[in-house]
Amino acid sequence: MEDLLQYLFSGISIGSVYAVVAIGLSMLYRSTELINFAHGEFAMFGAMGLVTLWGQFKLPLPLAFVLTVAGVSMVGILFERFAIRPIKDPHPISLVIITVGASIVFRGVAMVVWGKDPVALPSFSSHGSIEIAGAVIVPQSLYIVAAALVLAGSLHLFFRYTLQGKAMTACAVNKKAAWLTGIPSARMGLFAVLISSGSGAIAGIFIAPVTMNTYDMGTMLGLKGFCAAMIGGLGSLWGAFAGGLLLGILECFGAGLISSGCKDAIAFVLLLLILYLCPGGLFAQKQADRF
Amino acid sequence: MDKKLVHNLLFIAVVAVTGMVVENIYLLQIMTFIGINTLLALGLNMLMGYAGQVSLGHGAFYGIGAYATAYLSGTLGISPWAALVCAIVLSVAVAFVVGRPTLKLSGYYLGMGTLGFGMIVHILFREAGSITGGASGFVGIPMLTLGPLSFEGGRNYFYLVWTVVFGAIFLCKRIIDSKTGRALAAIHGRENAAVALGVDAHALKLNIFMFSAALGAMAGFLYAHFVLFISPDSFGFMASVKMVTMVVIGGMANVWGALIGAVVITLLPEVLHGFADHEMIVFGLILMGVMIVMPQGLTQGVIERYARYKKRA
Amino acid sequence: MHGIRKEHENLLLQVKGLTKQFGGVKAQDNVSFGVEQGSVLGLIGPNGAGKTTLFNMITGVCVQDKGEILFNGHAIESMPVHKRVAAGIARTFQNVELFPGMTVLENVLVGMHVRLKSGFWGAIIRSPRVVKEERIAREKALEILEFTGLLSYADRIACDLPVGRQKTAEIARALATDPLLILLDEPAAGLNRIETQALGALICRIKEQGITLMLVEHDMGLAMEVCDKILVLDRGEAIALATPQQITNDQKVMDAYLGEEFQCLN
Ligand SMILES: Nc1ncnc2c1ncn2[C@@H]1O[C@H](COP(=O)(O)OP(=O)(O)OP(=O)(O)O)[C@@H](O)[C@H]1O
Ligand SMILES: [Mg+2]
Repeated sequence: MEDLLQYLFSGISIGSVYAVVAIGLSMLYRSTELINFAHGEFAMFGAMGLVTLWGQFKLPLPLAFVLTVAGVSMVGILFERFAIRPIKDPHPISLVIITVGASIVFRGVAMVVWGKDPVALPSFSSHGSIEIAGAVIVPQSLYIVAAALVLAGSLHLFFRYTLQGKAMTACAVNKKAAWLTGIPSARMGLFAVLISSGSGAIAGIFIAPVTMNTYDMGTMLGLKGFCAAMIGGLGSLWGAFAGGLLLGILECFGAGLISSGCKDAIAFVLLLLILYLCPGGLFAQKQADRF
Repeated sequence: MDKKLVHNLLFIAVVAVTGMVVENIYLLQIMTFIGINTLLALGLNMLMGYAGQVSLGHGAFYGIGAYATAYLSGTLGISPWAALVCAIVLSVAVAFVVGRPTLKLSGYYLGMGTLGFGMIVHILFREAGSITGGASGFVGIPMLTLGPLSFEGGRNYFYLVWTVVFGAIFLCKRIIDSKTGRALAAIHGRENAAVALGVDAHALKLNIFMFSAALGAMAGFLYAHFVLFISPDSFGFMASVKMVTMVVIGGMANVWGALIGAVVITLLPEVLHGFADHEMIVFGLILMGVMIVMPQGLTQGVIERYARYKKRA
Repeated sequence: MHGIRKEHENLLLQVKGLTKQFGGVKAQDNVSFGVEQGSVLGLIGPNGAGKTTLFNMITGVCVQDKGEILFNGHAIESMPVHKRVAAGIARTFQNVELFPGMTVLENVLVGMHVRLKSGFWGAIIRSPRVVKEERIAREKALEILEFTGLLSYADRIACDLPVGRQKTAEIARALATDPLLILLDEPAAGLNRIETQALGALICRIKEQGITLMLVEHDMGLAMEVCDKILVLDRGEAIALATPQQITNDQKVMDAYLGEEFQCLN
């Protein structure tokens, strides 16, 4: 019983990270129809940035946080400007290769800058862990869950209530019509990349104290983020959130009850099941193809 | 004589002569890898280039071919040639089971589905340690022999691989200019219309998926008995992406494009060794650069550029 | 009693109580009718009446919510599309859907797909039988092109032809499936007068071959000329099925659909 509760808590904590990664991917897809295979690398940059600024340079945590997010968003913008925008007639396969190419470049850069050895970071605060019915919650887990909730909530408000957010939604629904009503779709795309890479960085920052941080930590994180986004329905904010949580929880139960080796496979098995059974994701409305 | 036939014979002659002339073992090895990669690209090109269906998980079939022969001939000690048959049958069977539901998807969803499949197989290779040797890899794959002929030397293996490549090219061409090839092109162009004309699109896609799985397994077999040591990382997500890249860089829907893609993607890392730590960065940048500048692939891109240049001159 | 039975035997296609709903839109509402062997049935109705949807359900690209479809005496409503084509149902599309990058001849050859026996292995082995089948297919495709007047365009890229030719090429491609019934979705849309006349003549020649046709048509002149009967759809309902003469005299139809156009004609 305690074990199960422990799995649940760990699952929610890791699931929140997946949720943040998935939200970044999903929001970018929604506005630009781009699936970014380099998204996990933004999270890696987030973690590595924190390692340097907070871990090494000993900057105050909030300052390190802001600088890291800003820096990674800059990388995201450069990436959009020089790799995505120049393509006139983007074919999905070309975009896949370009973003995978970018992920290789990012990983290469990280390897040169931070080396190949994993680095650990201490938790954000030195509070002791909390015990509920025998299961332990470390404070970092709470920060992660809170960060995910705050991020998803503010994005929700942003899309719902700000002009900019509504314009982005309009672009997502129909680019041409949005353009005709005077919404600059190129700027919306840039904005989407900003949100996406920024939230990627946030995922990396919050996960940094609970994992070993290496130059190649982003790949798996990115792929699992996809699975989560697909499970919830590509393009949906709360879908991505729920998909991430579900994935995290199932993973922890799988690791605990079956074997820790198969943990990584769970995400992909889940992905296939979703694709076969309800391809639009768990929370999608049905839509028919037209002839 | 037929112009095409002349071209083909010329190509075979060039490869044969190269194999005879080149003495350097390293070069022979590289060219053997080019052959193996060409097989991979050919198979995937049938699926992506002709049938228009993306797969981001084809590394799995490559791996299934390699691990099947490793286990059967290495651990169980049966003849590698019998293992080859088993490897292909297994790979095709897996393709059938996985392809049936997966090929109902399209676009990004198909990409994600195949990606998921590839990752699961990759994780299986890593976790089923008692059969595959786990993350540290499989040691003890026997060398290939055929009667008195040993494929130990670099040269014999080179010929073996390229003979298989010629065979595969021949098969692909036969499929392409047949009723099946026409139907594939029709599906690629307008699936609705093809279906309305009586093409069983799903069955046809599945056929081609299985065909490319067979070629992938063949390549895996040749790879395993060539390097004699395999580990899961050769068949993971990056391997699948590398295959896609070969197809796209070479130019889709073109048998020779697969060859060119294989040449580029095999040679690039070798050439880039000089960059040492910066190898990954340069490789990624080249990949991005080619796709940004020539989204239709190197072959087509260079031809078009050349034509434009000639017009201006 | 006997007479009714006799009539049923002559029906190539029989649709009973077909219903289809897209969200809140009733695209087909309990539609029933029959098409006599060797006849031409026109299908008219305002935009969004459900004409294309009806074709989609007869060909099988879209599945009905309710209802039966009998073709040549067999229930086909649960057959997959390719089996229905093999059984003898061919179609053209409202928006031309020729295969990009393929010549007219190749387009027609794709149409023969269901009639060619050789499969995947046949392609690889390429036995003399397969080679012969392929040669005969080519000859037959050329015959069809001649029949439709496209022979001189055989090796042109189909999508580069003018719209009129493209529409004809689609008909040729449908003929290549060797059908008993052809469904033409607005074949005259976008054609000029002369092309429309040629189309009318082609439809009559197809009919002379013993092939049954259904066509969706907004051009009333053409519909009156070539159709034996006309089925009027309005908001998913079949409101009339009668000869062209009767249709023009039917008050209900004129209200629903012909109102303006009828006045224009006068
Ligand atoms: N796949 C679909 N999904 C949702 N609604 C559909 C779909 N196909 C058709 N409809 C709706 O069904 C109704 C009938 O459409 P249909 O295309 O059959 O009309 P039509 O008679 O062919 O019209 P037109 O003269 O414009 O071609 C329309 O309201 C259309 O919007
Ligand atoms: Mg219509």
